[in-house]
Amino acid sequence: MRRNQVAVVGAAETTELGVIPNASQLQLHADAALNAIADAGLKLSDIDGFATAVETPQQVCHYLGIKPTWVDGTSVGGCSFMLHVRHAAAAIEAGLCKTVLITHAESGKSMIGKAPRSIPADSLQGQFEAPYGVYGPPSMFPIPVLRFMKTYGITHEQLASVAVVQREWAAKNPRAMMKDPITVADVLNSRMIAYPFRLLQCCLVTDGGGALILTSADRAKDFPRKPVYIMGTGESVETPMVSQMETFNSSRAFKTAGPLAFKEAGIGHGDVDHLMIYDAFAHLPLFGLGDLGFMPHEETGRFIADGNTRPGGKLPLNTNGGGLSYMHSGMYGMYALQESVRQMRGIAPAQVPNATISVCHGVGGMFAASGTIVFTNER
Amino acid sequence: MAEPQRARPKPTPETQHFWDGAKAGELRLQRCDACAHVYFPPRPFCPSCASRKVSVFKASGKGFLYSYVINHRPAAPGFTPPYAIAVVELDEGPRMMSNIIDCPQTPEALELDMKLEVAFEALDDKITLPVFRPAKG
Repeated sequence: MRRNQVAVVGAAETTELGVIPNASQLQLHADAALNAIADAGLKLSDIDGFATAVETPQQVCHYLGIKPTWVDGTSVGGCSFMLHVRHAAAAIEAGLCKTVLITHAESGKSMIGKAPRSIPADSLQGQFEAPYGVYGPPSMFPIPVLRFMKTYGITHEQLASVAVVQREWAAKNPRAMMKDPITVADVLNSRMIAYPFRLLQCCLVTDGGGALILTSADRAKDFPRKPVYIMGTGESVETPMVSQMETFNSSRAFKTAGPLAFKEAGIGHGDVDHLMIYDAFAHLPLFGLGDLGFMPHEETGRFIADGNTRPGGKLPLNTNGGGLSYMHSGMYGMYALQESVRQMRGIAPAQVPNATISVCHGVGGMFAASGTIVFTNER
Repeated sequence: MAEPQRARPKPTPETQHFWDGAKAGELRLQRCDACAHVYFPPRPFCPSCASRKVSVFKASGKGFLYSYVINHRPAAPGFTPPYAIAVVELDEGPRMMSNIIDCPQTPEALELDMKLEVAFEALDDKITLPVFRPAKG
């Protein structure tokens, strides 16, 4: 795909984030969509392309009154929205549609109008993982981490520092759920969830949503907001079974999607001003820094513990506070994208000065899928 | 009232041989007749070379502890926390999720790379589950 041919011209989250007991999941989609449409200065009738995950496109389009000529229901977990951005950019470039709306919403905490996740007993996961006591992401996502730690000499303190640094970013963000400072000792003394991970190393569980609007870069200059261009994109999937990853020392999906996006953008790691790595759990930024090629995996723990990703550090990472401290409705990828767009617009609560390139890297499932988007505010 | 049960696998035509094997006290894997790739979970073709000529064989049941978590909460139905959810690397190459029995469920006792051997736990008269325990000697 050619770089900088498509731009984000509308971006918004739901009016409320956190605990939203007065709206169904479907209404949260609509709330985010209407906010993004207002942000872009558009009417619903201007939308001719639509993408969403978990909910079907027909469900959300009908509810909103959208009549699309292009839809994408790719649903590969929390990075689905990175894949939607990639697919939408290709569709706009191919002339299949002009203005794409991407929505995410999840009543992850209040569970209103949200189907419970279940594992069929005759699926491969139901036969070969569920009988061994996996029960939700905290019991599955951290399974690779002890091997990763042993291979690369990563310490418990370094993994705790991920949560500490992200709380520093969250403290600057009025919309973050958790803003009180924490220490490595606080993290290592918090309630055990699934050894080696404790409560403060696991993502929040909240309600919320977000939406993006994309159009061609040529049209983007006529919109009220500063355009944020799609510079590079990548995607991949590996396996729905965490036990069947090729290795626990890296994520194959990360190692495919990330370098694809860097290559397409034509950038090196030193060009990156701002970075988002989907942090459902504290080990993901370490996997991401290594798999995206920022540094050898051995150095990732020390890099974060030494403060390189904290406010004022040389590689600002997860500047909204991340899934650990900002919010996490279950499929956090949309919120990472929203933060990248805010940083490129120059309006983030914890703005990185003069940032021109933002990399936004997402995970779906338990390392099951991945999507990476490189944004820029310069064309 | 009955205790909540652990999740019961429901075999499909492609996996029936595995569950028949477990019931007979065998850990069964598949090997490609064309490229010799050994793989898991079961399927009637080779995920490495796509050959449909594959054979089922009895694995050694030996392996080592590749990684794990010790789950504290929330606990799955039928499990008393804390309990380890492990991934075992078999001597034949494939990895599988399992539980580790006859071993304290602690970081001190569960050492990565410790040698393991298969054991079998009958869940009911249809399903027997392969699990692992520290290898003897």
